[in-house]
Amino acid sequence: MSLRRLGAIFRKEGLHILRDPRSLAAALLVPVVMLLLFGYALTLDVDRVPTAIHDLDRSPASRALIERFRGSRYFTVIQQEGGYAAIEEGIDRSRLLLGVVIPENFSEHLARGEEARVQLLLDGSDSNTAALAAGYAESLVLAYSADRRDAALRARGMKELEMPLDARVRVLYNHELKSKNFIIPGLIAVILMIISALLTSLTIAREWETGTMEQLLSTPVRPAELLLGKLMAYFVLGMADMAVALVLGLGLFGVPLNGSFWLLVFFSALFLFGALCWGILISTVARSQLLAFQASMVSSFLPAFLLSGFMYAIENMPLIVQQVTRIVPARYFVTALQGIFLKGVGMEVLWKEALFLFIYAGLVFTLAARKMRQKIA
Amino acid sequence: MWERIRQIVVKELRQALRDPRMRAILIGPPLLQMIIFGYAVNLDVEQVRLAWSDLDRSARSRELRERFSGSPYFTIVAEPEGEAEAVRLLDRGHAQAVIRLMPGFGAGVARGEQQDVQVLLDGANSNSAAIIAGYAAGVIGAYNRELLHQQQMRKLVGRTRDGPVRLALPGVRAETRIWFNPELKSRNYFVPGTIVNIIMLVTLMLTALSVVREKEIGTMEQIMVTPIRPLELMLGKTIPFALVGLFDMALVTTVALVVFRVPLRGSVLVLLLASALFLLTSLGAGLFLSTVSSTQQQAMLGSFFFFLPALMLSGFTFPIRNMPEPVQWLTSINPLRYFMEIVRGLFLKGVGIEVLWPQLLMLGAFGVLILWSSARRFRKRLD
Repeated sequence: MSLRRLGAIFRKEGLHILRDPRSLAAALLVPVVMLLLFGYALTLDVDRVPTAIHDLDRSPASRALIERFRGSRYFTVIQQEGGYAAIEEGIDRSRLLLGVVIPENFSEHLARGEEARVQLLLDGSDSNTAALAAGYAESLVLAYSADRRDAALRARGMKELEMPLDARVRVLYNHELKSKNFIIPGLIAVILMIISALLTSLTIAREWETGTMEQLLSTPVRPAELLLGKLMAYFVLGMADMAVALVLGLGLFGVPLNGSFWLLVFFSALFLFGALCWGILISTVARSQLLAFQASMVSSFLPAFLLSGFMYAIENMPLIVQQVTRIVPARYFVTALQGIFLKGVGMEVLWKEALFLFIYAGLVFTLAARKMRQKIA
Repeated sequence: MWERIRQIVVKELRQALRDPRMRAILIGPPLLQMIIFGYAVNLDVEQVRLAWSDLDRSARSRELRERFSGSPYFTIVAEPEGEAEAVRLLDRGHAQAVIRLMPGFGAGVARGEQQDVQVLLDGANSNSAAIIAGYAAGVIGAYNRELLHQQQMRKLVGRTRDGPVRLALPGVRAETRIWFNPELKSRNYFVPGTIVNIIMLVTLMLTALSVVREKEIGTMEQIMVTPIRPLELMLGKTIPFALVGLFDMALVTTVALVVFRVPLRGSVLVLLLASALFLLTSLGAGLFLSTVSSTQQQAMLGSFFFFLPALMLSGFTFPIRNMPEPVQWLTSINPLRYFMEIVRGLFLKGVGIEVLWPQLLMLGAFGVLILWSSARRFRKRLD
């Protein structure tokens, strides 16, 4: 292993990257575009649910309930005319998500001290939004019900009823329950994976396709030096992407970093190294760019996006798929990222993830080096 | 003219189906994606891992515990003693929620004083946390009502000459009815969306690559010396991939219906019509990419950067309604969004053309516009 030859390969690869401005721009724009999309535009939080209210009672009591819906930030009342048919049509056309029907005898029941009913009609096609919206609407009705009961007790000169139990919910790690706080840390894993998969997997296949590999072979460079030199160049690019993602995530979107900054850098470096080795391994084996690209899409981008727990919780998947996620390195990296960013935990909790990523990187590096030696020798 | 188009179509189909690796690419990745997406993309929360920290150990606390262990949503996985241990369980992800009952809970309930039930949640995944909070509130609320009822029976019973009477108190009950997807399975929502993005990815990439490959390996020159005209070449290049697209559509729709048991409530004919209109867009975009790229790498990178934002801004996972308003306007020029709305409307709601005509119209308009402008560009490049 000679540092001079290593340096030469690193310089050559660096020049390749700098001379293809289109690909370089793409590499640096990926994190910016993804973070802007996820930070500004994409959220799973539910508020301003478009709601129609059909009030058959038209009493002070029903108007008081409607006022509650109007005052809540979770609902936007956009329609109060037209009845059932209009609600049905609105939901069919996806203009409405929720219909609230207050029946004719609503105030009558309340006045007699009986239980009145309110019908909530929900569009369940987006199950996630529907479950959250149903929860908000039910607790709003419950609060109204408790207030009516207390008012009735006061009117009779009695003490208000106290609920026997009071559920005190305390949320750890992400107090405001903002989806961007858990998506943006995981996004770093996806971004690093895209960079290493899209760029590295083509780097050696391209040398074969364009015939420059033969020229490289005629130089005294050794397979390990070639591998490490190429790795280093893309490693620098990947860490630059990581820095861009961090600056945007922490600075622009105010995602909290509760854990150690250096631990974060350590994990990113470890993961990036393994991912780059994987890209190079594919590239060495595949020989054609089309095949290399397809293989790296299926083996690195899709698992990082879908099976890492970055957005879709692993514990909800079928058992077999859960077992498959155990061999997805991005899964361990996402766990580490969310742990460092949100939970502020350190090595004492994350050592298993570090160990897996370390073994993975070592294994893939050895494989890539061996394949490279075979192909070249 | 038709004869020359037919020749190109036959050549393309032969080229695509002759190579076993190409055949694999037409069928393998769409199936694989359908299966990974179908199983992995899921926002439901089932079987919450709950840690139960009971410092009271009374009959009342055991009663509440039974409520939780009897609920289909919760599984009690640990019984930590102190707060430190409970937090450690959350830190390591062994538990998603902890419920703590303080000493004196049972005695307090018996005296009719309000007692706290502490719920600690792992908020790292905010979406799961909000749903778990809802489940816990439901279980505690039901127990609450029962306790209240018992207390009311004791406290509020007055005596008259005719015997005991209960004081009548007003209340409101919400009756929730969920349409289209009553079990609230997110799979029913995501699987139809997956069909859309698979069709997009397959047809976009194949079209872009098929033209660029001819340029890269130099066979484009050979085609140019034949009497074929640019328009005919373009039609000949796109018709085979339209057929492939429709074939893949049928394939993944079958998987969705058979493997994932997603309901298809609307008309198959409207689905076919919408797919055909959408293919105009994706084939047009593929042609456009082939005119701007000179190597296969550029074409692949290009299709990736076209595909990803189009998917994210189509409402596939993230509801468009929640986006900031300028971004919502942006989504209205995204053809994928209209196709997504049509497919979901057909699968889940079973609505027909009478509801979906605006989306179909937009899809058709975008398709014609995109295909027409790329065709013009394509022709200029060839002349």
